[in-house]
Amino acid sequence: MIRKMSLCVPGLMAAGNASAEWAVNMPVGVTALSAETFALHMQVFYWCCAIAVVVFGFMIYSLINHRKSLGGKPAGFSHSMTAEIVWTVIPIVILLIMAVPSAETLIKLEDGRKSDITVVVTGYQWKWHYEYKGEDVSFYSSLARTSVDARRKNSGIDPFTVDNYLLDVDNRMVVPVGAKVRILLTSNDVIHSWWVPDFAIKKDAVPGFMNETWFRVEEPGIYRGQCAELCGKDHGYMPVVVEAVAPDAFQEWLAAQKRDVDELAAR
Amino acid sequence: MSSAETSAHHDEHHGPATGLKRWLYATNHKDIGTMYLMFSLLMFFIGGSMALVIRSELLTPGLQFVHPEFFNQMTTMHALIMVFGAVMPAFVGFANWMIPMMIGAPDMALPRMNNWSFWILPVAFGILLSTLFLPGGAPAGGWTMYPPLVLQTGDAFPFLIFSVHLMGLSSIMGAINIIVTIVNMRAPSMTLLAMPMFVWTWLITAYLLIAVMPVLAGAVTMLLTDQFFGTSFFLAAGGGDPVMFQHIFWFFGHPEVYIMILPAFGVVSEIIPTFSRKALFGHDSMVYAASSIAFLSFIVWAHHMFTVGMPLTGQLFFMFATLLIAVPTGVKVFNWVATMWRGAMTFETPMLFSLAFVFLFTIGGFSGLMLAIIPADIQYHDSYFVVAHFHYVLVPGSIFGLFAATYYWLPKWTGHMYNEPLGKVHFWLSAIFVNITFFPMHFLGLAGMPRRIPDYSTQFADFNWIASVGSFGFGLSQILFVYVVYQCIRGKGETATSKVWDNPKGLEWTVPSPAPYHTFAEPPDVSEGAAFS
Repeated sequence: MIRKMSLCVPGLMAAGNASAEWAVNMPVGVTALSAETFALHMQVFYWCCAIAVVVFGFMIYSLINHRKSLGGKPAGFSHSMTAEIVWTVIPIVILLIMAVPSAETLIKLEDGRKSDITVVVTGYQWKWHYEYKGEDVSFYSSLARTSVDARRKNSGIDPFTVDNYLLDVDNRMVVPVGAKVRILLTSNDVIHSWWVPDFAIKKDAVPGFMNETWFRVEEPGIYRGQCAELCGKDHGYMPVVVEAVAPDAFQEWLAAQKRDVDELAAR
Repeated sequence: MSSAETSAHHDEHHGPATGLKRWLYATNHKDIGTMYLMFSLLMFFIGGSMALVIRSELLTPGLQFVHPEFFNQMTTMHALIMVFGAVMPAFVGFANWMIPMMIGAPDMALPRMNNWSFWILPVAFGILLSTLFLPGGAPAGGWTMYPPLVLQTGDAFPFLIFSVHLMGLSSIMGAINIIVTIVNMRAPSMTLLAMPMFVWTWLITAYLLIAVMPVLAGAVTMLLTDQFFGTSFFLAAGGGDPVMFQHIFWFFGHPEVYIMILPAFGVVSEIIPTFSRKALFGHDSMVYAASSIAFLSFIVWAHHMFTVGMPLTGQLFFMFATLLIAVPTGVKVFNWVATMWRGAMTFETPMLFSLAFVFLFTIGGFSGLMLAIIPADIQYHDSYFVVAHFHYVLVPGSIFGLFAATYYWLPKWTGHMYNEPLGKVHFWLSAIFVNITFFPMHFLGLAGMPRRIPDYSTQFADFNWIASVGSFGFGLSQILFVYVVYQCIRGKGETATSKVWDNPKGLEWTVPSPAPYHTFAEPPDVSEGAAFS
């Protein structure tokens, strides 16, 4: 009973933009494809709930009513070709129903053509490097100082007092809202993985190879993710932070980045 | 002289040897089975302690107990020990004990090779565990050993490779033994389709082992040569490809997980009919389903790799093939429920574990189905959602299958019943705590918590705390299991009959309890009317 109920409780939860502490669901996110991903996830989840209700329903009924203590004799049947066919065909149909929209979304996810800007992301042990192609802007993005201090073993700093503990960086990746951003991903050393849950994208950063992914953010904001492939001792300490701003704010930010570089070079 | 006459002749002359020689030179399938089971129980506690180190650190945000480097050693070793030291040897132990009895054979086909299959394991795990004491510590690159990270392992690296080779050798030899035994030594007129499900699932598992353990051996040998002999199989700078390792590893790794679950399917298919007092529904269909699962397990491996940067066509193929595995797996679940349906059930401890298996393994199957959907998997991959999924299929799946099998066959082995009320307590504690431990991990993964991190952002605190508390409850409950087994072995319970339960089917229930040191020196008569599923 409890097992069955606990499976359906998350289904009653609204989309994951509710209180972060007890978050039980994936975020809907801020891109068109993250919303499609969320919808696919919920669809397959509801199918699982439905199948659970049926299968566990029969099981629970049987556990209650087909006990030896109730006195009945066990039935004699031990096979049925019809049953086998029915419960083979129906699952195949259900799977087809799930597979088709999944394939459609996947095809869209893999289409990185006609992007507006390209950022080359390189994974390092243990930080990210961002280079804006064609803009002469590049920088490292490492765990923010407040988190670095608090993360030390027995640091004495309560993580609850640190804003965005382990999810904050010194230099964020900034992108314009509404633009198709193409990410070219590689690594300098071991395999890392670049994940932003609010964009529903994750791609491995493989040394010696270039991977591609893309996203188009619809809402301004700051979006946080983490490295998603074990990469050594500080795998948990190299977050991904992307800030989406209005297009003119993005141009200003780019200009400021270049100014800073020029100033440094001039010294 | 026929072999039957020879063995009968020997039977009168000696029982087991005494002292250390009995175990060191064991060729008796019961003794070897016992050694595998004892070994796996020890490994279960060692791997379990590592899990408790992990869950202690993850109890609250912030780093309190271990450094990240050591944490990574714990996650790596926990998995290696549990997969290769606890689950696999335990099922081999059951295979050794039960397969000869279930098919009416006097022993395994190759008893001396059987001895080596077992004794390699303490050596292999001695080597692996010794790395904890090396400078630099144990391997810390994950049980999946992905390069280039695994090549940053220090002194422990050759120990890791060597111990994996040894474990593989043990499994391959064991699998050969099982196939040869089943194919050649069944009682006359026991056709393949007349064999019990536990024997069937082990036959299939043995073929999987022979097919894939050499692949793992190849993969780790290539790691070895990349590290020490200047090759570049997986190093891009030399023209190699780190992702190729993942393909090779998971070509082993996916059938491996079916190797870990198929014998549990077999166990549950023995137990549910006994305690429902009704034949297994769809026996032939169950055989075909298990075979389909085994076949399909070879063509889905890249579903562990959906974020590596695979071409679209490849992704689509692996998504569809993975979805397909749900079909025969579902067929098995439906057949178990149909076995219970309109039976006359009682709920002794083996049945409780088997029923929990069906419920909770199915939940693990649901999260598996969700993982197959690639766009959604982009969010789940390498998050705690995956950790939840595989622990559901491994713990209330494989481990509960092992518990069920232990309670079911202990009276046959020892001649005494175990303490039934305590067995039930062990069941309820395990079932409740396993859910408290692993169910919240679904939420953590969905909320964005990655795997293999020693510390986490504060929004993940509540469910981590619950999971950690659950893990301690689960771990401590297993001490009760050891107590129950120990008391049974010491003969504390009432004497068991040869049937033990209410008219179970199977040749093992036609011999006395405890089973004599040598059984079926003469092949039994298994024609119509004899006792098996």
